Amino acid sequence: MSKPYVRTNFHEARWDEPMIYELSTPGTRGILVPEVEDEIVEAVGDVAAALPDSVKRSAPLLLPEVDQKHVLAHYIHLTQEAMGSNLSNDLSEGTCTMKYNPRLSEAMALNPNFAEVHPEQPDSTIQGTLELFYKFEQIMKEVSGMDRFSFQPGGGNHAVYCGASVMRAYHASRKDDKRDTIITTIFSHPCDAAAPNTAGYKVVTLYPDEKGIPDYEALKKAVDEIGDHLAGIFMTNPEDIGIYNPNIDKFVEKVHSVGGLVYYDQANANAFLGVVRAREAGVDMCHFNVHKTFGTPHGGEGPANGALGVREFLTKFLPLPTIEFDGDKYYRDYDRPESFGKLREYIGTAGVIMRAYSWAMMHGAEGLRMCANISVLNNNYLEKKLLSIKGLGEAFLGNGITRQEQCRYSWEELKKDTGIGTDDINKRINDYGIPWYWASHHPWVIPEPMTLEPCETYSKCDLEEYFMTLKVVADEAYENPEVVLSAPHKSASHDLANPEDLDDPAKWAITWRAFLKKHGDKYLKVK
Amino acid sequence: MLAKKIGIIVNPVAGIGGRVGLKGSDGEAILAKALELGAKPECPNKAVVAISQFKDFTTEPLEIYTYPKEMGEDEVRAAGLEPIVIGEIDSGHTTPEDTIRAAKEIFDIGVDLILFAGGDGTARNILDAVGEKTAVLGIPAGCKIHSAVYAINPKTAGKLVMEFLEGKVQDVKEAEVMDIDEDAFREGILRARLYGYMRVPNEKRMVQNLKSGRGYGEEAALDLVARYIAFNLEKDVLYIMGTGSTVRGVMNKLELPNTLLGVDLVYNNEVLANDVNETEILSYLEKYDSARIIITVIGGQGYLFGRGNQQLSPKVIRKVGLDNIRIIATKNKMFSLFAQPLLVDTGDEKLNEELSGYARVTVGYGESVMFKVHS
Repeated sequence: MSKPYVRTNFHEARWDEPMIYELSTPGTRGILVPEVEDEIVEAVGDVAAALPDSVKRSAPLLLPEVDQKHVLAHYIHLTQEAMGSNLSNDLSEGTCTMKYNPRLSEAMALNPNFAEVHPEQPDSTIQGTLELFYKFEQIMKEVSGMDRFSFQPGGGNHAVYCGASVMRAYHASRKDDKRDTIITTIFSHPCDAAAPNTAGYKVVTLYPDEKGIPDYEALKKAVDEIGDHLAGIFMTNPEDIGIYNPNIDKFVEKVHSVGGLVYYDQANANAFLGVVRAREAGVDMCHFNVHKTFGTPHGGEGPANGALGVREFLTKFLPLPTIEFDGDKYYRDYDRPESFGKLREYIGTAGVIMRAYSWAMMHGAEGLRMCANISVLNNNYLEKKLLSIKGLGEAFLGNGITRQEQCRYSWEELKKDTGIGTDDINKRINDYGIPWYWASHHPWVIPEPMTLEPCETYSKCDLEEYFMTLKVVADEAYENPEVVLSAPHKSASHDLANPEDLDDPAKWAITWRAFLKKHGDKYLKVK
Repeated sequence: MLAKKIGIIVNPVAGIGGRVGLKGSDGEAILAKALELGAKPECPNKAVVAISQFKDFTTEPLEIYTYPKEMGEDEVRAAGLEPIVIGEIDSGHTTPEDTIRAAKEIFDIGVDLILFAGGDGTARNILDAVGEKTAVLGIPAGCKIHSAVYAINPKTAGKLVMEFLEGKVQDVKEAEVMDIDEDAFREGILRARLYGYMRVPNEKRMVQNLKSGRGYGEEAALDLVARYIAFNLEKDVLYIMGTGSTVRGVMNKLELPNTLLGVDLVYNNEVLANDVNETEILSYLEKYDSARIIITVIGGQGYLFGRGNQQLSPKVIRKVGLDNIRIIATKNKMFSLFAQPLLVDTGDEKLNEELSGYARVTVGYGESVMFKVHS
């Protein structure tokens, strides 16, 4: 084991990199595309003539004109101005399960024999890909106890949306159309409220009891009140604060008693892989974020996969297509009249499935269980170290419940003592080469939150190093608050310009067009 | 470059009754008693802590307008800054009228914000003078802070004002000013009513509580709740619209005239009466078969009944029926109350018991939370 140390002399690269459009020089080319050969032109004819005028551009597309070397340099510069789990100690992404992604799985996914097939090819020419999906489904069934899986969802939120759609199709098939409400809990992932809401359901959220466990009395009251309007419950377990809900069987029974379904969000399954299964909890549906627990890279908008598992009575509602095996050939089945329909094109994010299959096969059944054991052990070791830091507490501290794979800490005491809160600490740790940690989903329910999740791939040395760095920063908060408040000092970039704008739907914009629509008058007048 | 202008008003005797156990400083007799018991004014020191934060404000010229001597001038100088002093006072004998006059005169200058140091009484004086016409912020220095117009502590008050002047904090929210009956409070009874609203810079972690991060801005959060309620009003039902700015948001969405601090009656999207009292509500309830009460959570303590809406008496509540109460609040408000139950104090113990348990609070468009209710 290497020796842990605090990187007091760290400095991130700062390239002062312009936008790619600002690097554009008219006439510069990256690649000269060869002229089409005469033979081909003759055979194909005028391709553009087939397009109607309405879809043809009147002016050429405005693309930056940059040569290959400078394009490459530009993007390498940008990656050097970022931190990430393969570069630094990233046990800081609680709820997100950032772990090391084995290079072997990368090699498998990038193998041209796999990566370069096209989903429009006939089934007979992509038997290997279909076999991969089929076999990974068998693994997921074993891990969860569910009867079928769909790998259509391109991420966790998408899987929850898919589950809500299955739920709706199920109730509709029974002519039970008044079920318009779902229940969730405040420390479930927010998508367990948001995705069913997007699918048209009203949402009732439960708060925890004094110990931090979802309040069963509140559930009873809610279920009794909602009655036969209840479509189901969507809940994460263990929740985002790392506490396992021991009353899950009572929750399932109560929701079932009025005809509702139970959806288990197992996006982050690192605490219980190979230890407990959704089926034994009695739930009807569950999903795994394959890109988290199963050791495939994620972040930065993908690639991701949210594997949705259901019990037998719900399989006919799964999205199109499913992957089947007739004993001889693998094939895609579109002939499923009760399916709620298509969720996306094709069969799912194949590269993620390949990496996850590779990861699961490398570990074997015992290995999966060991990952969970080490994750929980790592988390509890780190928790004991961290709680010795002055100013740091934890959600529901001292409730006597052992945390699972993650903890939601709180810098509330530090904030009261010094005025320095979690956002300030988060910026200062960058100066020691540690990336931004995950505070909490918003809005914060626990004051000044910090959520850490040291997965099985982090060593004792990594844990010590993280603890030592946070201790240094917390001590600085008491002894030299200014250095923390003005941080980061050694990063590529500093603060957001107007963070409040992120809170206001009238101001935020996620596309340039939306930005112009909302702010155009103000900004276009500026020279 | 245009100078930023800020007004500072210190209530030098705010909070003086606290340490000597008098639970407040309203009224000359109490003030005299506090001084007799050896009370020392703490408000000025707290004001100095807040004002000291301005020394770092160098982005633009800063003009500080204040009242003479202990009402601001002394504190600004003690913080090492140079004030522009207006008005006159009888030093050593300042009164609430001085606070009101100071706020009016400072407002007339056209300041960006008025920073005041005091307690609930001081907040009411400022409200009387400027209402919602300008941004304000309180430095908490009173014995009782039931109003929501204060920063979490004096230092944060100073920092927040700086960030507001620098444009880093642009969002402004309406916050409650409460009126506590001090005589009753001394007897151990908390009797409060909603006195009104003022506009304060909205940086959630600096004002009032530490329990929220990025969420919706207050305006957007209110809009979601108001829309949902307004779009889903039932036909042929008498709606008893309670007090407070959240319910007003619904009324505004319905484009109906309303009373911020009073109860209004709505039927089939028309106002039957504004600002009704208990007797009037009861007489309307005789005429309509079906009724709903729409209320919000009042103040930082989380009261549903008994603070700021006494018109909704036990009789009214029983007549409408406990199943016909709809509670609405912004998400931000409910999260700030996390781990703290909602409270009912209708004056009828049995009714309080019946209202206790769990209540569903609508917090967004089709979104609600189950919250504990205690009596």
